[in-house]
Amino acid sequence: MGRKLDPTKKEKRGPGRKARKQKGAETELVRFLPAAGDETFKRLSSRARKRAARRRAGTVEVPKPNTAPGTKTLPGELSKAAVQARGKKRPAPTPSSDGDEEEDSEEDGVANQGDLWGSGDSDADMVDDYGADSASEDEEEKLLPIERAALKQKAREAAAGGQWSEEETDEEEDDDVPPESCPPKDDKAEGDLQINVDDEETFVLPASGEMEQDAQAPDLQRVHKRIQDIVGVLRNFGAQREEGRSRSEYLNRLQKDLATYYSYGDFLLGKLMEIFPLSELIEFLEANEVPRPVTLRTNTLKTRRRDLAQALINRGVNLDPLGKWSKSGLVVYDSSVPIGATPEYLAGHYMLQGASSMLPVMALAPQEHERILDMCCAPGGKTSYIAQLMKNTGVILANDANAERLKSVVGNLHRLGVTNTIISHYDGRQFPKVVGGFDRVLLDAPCSGTGVISKDPAVKTNKDEKDVLRCAHLQKELLLSAIDSVNAASKTGGYLVYCTCSITVEENEWVVDYALKKRNVRLVPTGLDFGQEGFTRFRERRFHPTLRSTRRFYPHTHNMDGFFIAKFKKFSNSIPQPHTGNAAAAIPMEPELKDQVTPMSENSGQPAKGAGGTAKAKRQLGRQQHSRKPFQKTNGISKGPGSESTAPSIPKAQESARPQKNCQPDGKAGVIRKPKMARKLKQRGPKSKPSKEAALPKQRAPPKGVDSETPAMPSPSEICTAPGIKDCGQSLGKTKKIEKAKQQLPEQSAKRAASLKEDGTPKGLSVPTGSPHSSTRPPPAKRRKSVTKGSSQPLLS
Amino acid sequence: MRPLTEEETRVMFEKIAKYIGENLQLLVDRPDGTYCFRLHNDRVYYVSEMILKLAANISGDKLVSLGTCFGKFTKTHKFRLHVTALDYLAPYAKYKVWIKPGAEQSFLYGNHVLKSGLGRITENTSQYQGVVVYSMADIPLGFGVAAKSTQDCRKVDPMAIVVFHQADIGEYVRHEETLT
Repeated sequence: MGRKLDPTKKEKRGPGRKARKQKGAETELVRFLPAAGDETFKRLSSRARKRAARRRAGTVEVPKPNTAPGTKTLPGELSKAAVQARGKKRPAPTPSSDGDEEEDSEEDGVANQGDLWGSGDSDADMVDDYGADSASEDEEEKLLPIERAALKQKAREAAAGGQWSEEETDEEEDDDVPPESCPPKDDKAEGDLQINVDDEETFVLPASGEMEQDAQAPDLQRVHKRIQDIVGVLRNFGAQREEGRSRSEYLNRLQKDLATYYSYGDFLLGKLMEIFPLSELIEFLEANEVPRPVTLRTNTLKTRRRDLAQALINRGVNLDPLGKWSKSGLVVYDSSVPIGATPEYLAGHYMLQGASSMLPVMALAPQEHERILDMCCAPGGKTSYIAQLMKNTGVILANDANAERLKSVVGNLHRLGVTNTIISHYDGRQFPKVVGGFDRVLLDAPCSGTGVISKDPAVKTNKDEKDVLRCAHLQKELLLSAIDSVNAASKTGGYLVYCTCSITVEENEWVVDYALKKRNVRLVPTGLDFGQEGFTRFRERRFHPTLRSTRRFYPHTHNMDGFFIAKFKKFSNSIPQPHTGNAAAAIPMEPELKDQVTPMSENSGQPAKGAGGTAKAKRQLGRQQHSRKPFQKTNGISKGPGSESTAPSIPKAQESARPQKNCQPDGKAGVIRKPKMARKLKQRGPKSKPSKEAALPKQRAPPKGVDSETPAMPSPSEICTAPGIKDCGQSLGKTKKIEKAKQQLPEQSAKRAASLKEDGTPKGLSVPTGSPHSSTRPPPAKRRKSVTKGSSQPLLS
Repeated sequence: MRPLTEEETRVMFEKIAKYIGENLQLLVDRPDGTYCFRLHNDRVYYVSEMILKLAANISGDKLVSLGTCFGKFTKTHKFRLHVTALDYLAPYAKYKVWIKPGAEQSFLYGNHVLKSGLGRITENTSQYQGVVVYSMADIPLGFGVAAKSTQDCRKVDPMAIVVFHQADIGEYVRHEETLT
């Protein structure tokens, strides 16, 4: 009857179970997949059929390898009808303009394809030409039937019309894939396709040429996929690597992909790859895309945390205590009112502050009635926290170099009811010249901001090598100034906290290590029991082992901004000489004596040993002048005069005690430390030295008298030898005298006395006002420079 | 930075006394230390002597603020109290005004207080008396001048102004630049 009635194939209809039963993809899709030429014949008009025949005959050329990337091949291989069924706009070969209204009518949603492919070439073939030949070549694994069909169609397409404009198909298939990337992506597409299908296929690293293509219009989906693939490969590199590709190629590709996907500059991403292992790196980058939770700190000067929490909850804020480690912190989940404008905020009951910004103040642990310096205080969150911990007692000096931001400091401090603060507008490096002698110092140094990328995404691209190094340089200067502003002899303090909101090693561990070498400080535990330890070594750098007590915080591990905190304790107010290479021995100096050795050491290019000896001498004598004189003696003059030194007035016991101390460090050219003096002397250059020296001797002037005779301390070896011990004793005696004198004399009078003394120094031994160090050096050059007070320079020649 | 002259001290104390009356003495003679007023860049700061010693080391052009700023002297040498003095006025205020929660926001935006927003007012407040404005939760919101005496406040219609606004804590976010 014309009806092909096959009871076995008859479709069940109706509400029953049999109608709903699926028969499997093969049978279902047969309706859509064109069998070999079935649909073609059905749908072609006569003219189309002729054209098709012509095409088949004339297609000797290899169809343009049109293998779309894997994501495209699969859909592309479905026929028009299939595409229609899936609602895609994918144009199967567009119907010719002159016919095939049936085809046109079938593709309702793809009217534009006719325009795209209006050329007469588009023809009855339903499927696109995707370089089916390549598919067949790479066919090693089993394919699903649909893929087999797809490949067959591809082949047909290739035969039918090689001059399809693959670009259009690509565009329609996939938004961002640039057309020119298609040809080279043949293999890759196949590889990707197979990845989608069969995970055993290894990930093929795209050739470097493809990166440029990506740059034009990167497809984020593909980039993301590739990132995951590369990470997977690198995780199990031995097994999953592709032959002939090195690990660095994979890493380079990964770096570029990450930079593309997360919009980073190459420099910063390279730095991050150095710091983090791969798994953490992805988490870190993801965490930077998301803002951290809003946190606030209760102002305990005006309210209590539970009262504030209650008041805010009544206003409609959803909050919780911050954690066990914070007694005044609250984290805000969401709020129906602007959290920065509630009456409680305006009344100064709380301050919006990041969780990581509360940590340095907790590490600093300010006590009541102390003198605190906050060197970079804007916008005032940490300063106000310090004030509330001190309960408005003591004094805080809040300083910042940026006048604009100081306004917010004033506003915040007044709002929060802080009354014990002075706000100043200095460059931090000018401390301690302005005022020093603080019990504690907090330095929240300006940094590159790589830890707060979630707050300021511009950091991703506008930071490079120069910025980081510039920041590091500034931080080093600020840190040295901060250390000099701390009074090591403080009864309750002597601490400094250095913190940055950056995670680069150049700005954190390197700066801290630099300070450890340059000043008499040591790292102490911060008191924070969570957080990652700082690095003690990083790539080619090695840092002091105590850097383990510093703390690093990351957005992806602690859910707070990236931060670095280091806590120093200053154990001596003297400044070590730069050329004594080794770390300073931690011998605390007498609190009253403080001496500045820097200028002297800078001037004198003494060998370390000499310097060490000088240091010892200085320590013993507590006076540069003293040490100078002995040095001179040893250099040019016999030690004879040394014995003339005033008989030590100190008890012998002290002398005996001292020599041991003196001789001990001889062996090591340790940092020369001068006895601490009550007042801070600040010298920077040789010019200051003479004045300083004058100052120093002034205090000891009276007792000194002929102290210069002491030949002791010229060198460690001399000290350690028997005559040295004697000398030590003598010098000790002198030291004692010096200390006593120092305590008695006011500075000014001492100065005058010193100058007088110098002039009055009779012997041929001139007392060079130069540094003691210089005396051990070849004297002439040094002493000439240092002498300003008119003392003769017999040794100069 | 310099101490206030007699004239300046007189003007300032008169102003402050409008709000806290004779309690002004408590500001000067405090049990926990000696506090004093200093003038710097036309602004009056209230500091303790301990802070003063440290502040003396800072050069004038670099000093931005110290202690608490009470207000400033205008070009015509009148004294203008700022909201930053509220912490010291509020505990010693003699005449207080409480406003309803609905009117809080309006006052914090710098508007005057209307009769409809008035919650409580101290008895026997005279007209043009300096008052400190509180919320119903006893949070000080600012200060102003009573436009009507307490008696009149009862009689007047709801849209009349009862307290002229002079300063409020909303200025911390609205006028941050004028604080220094």
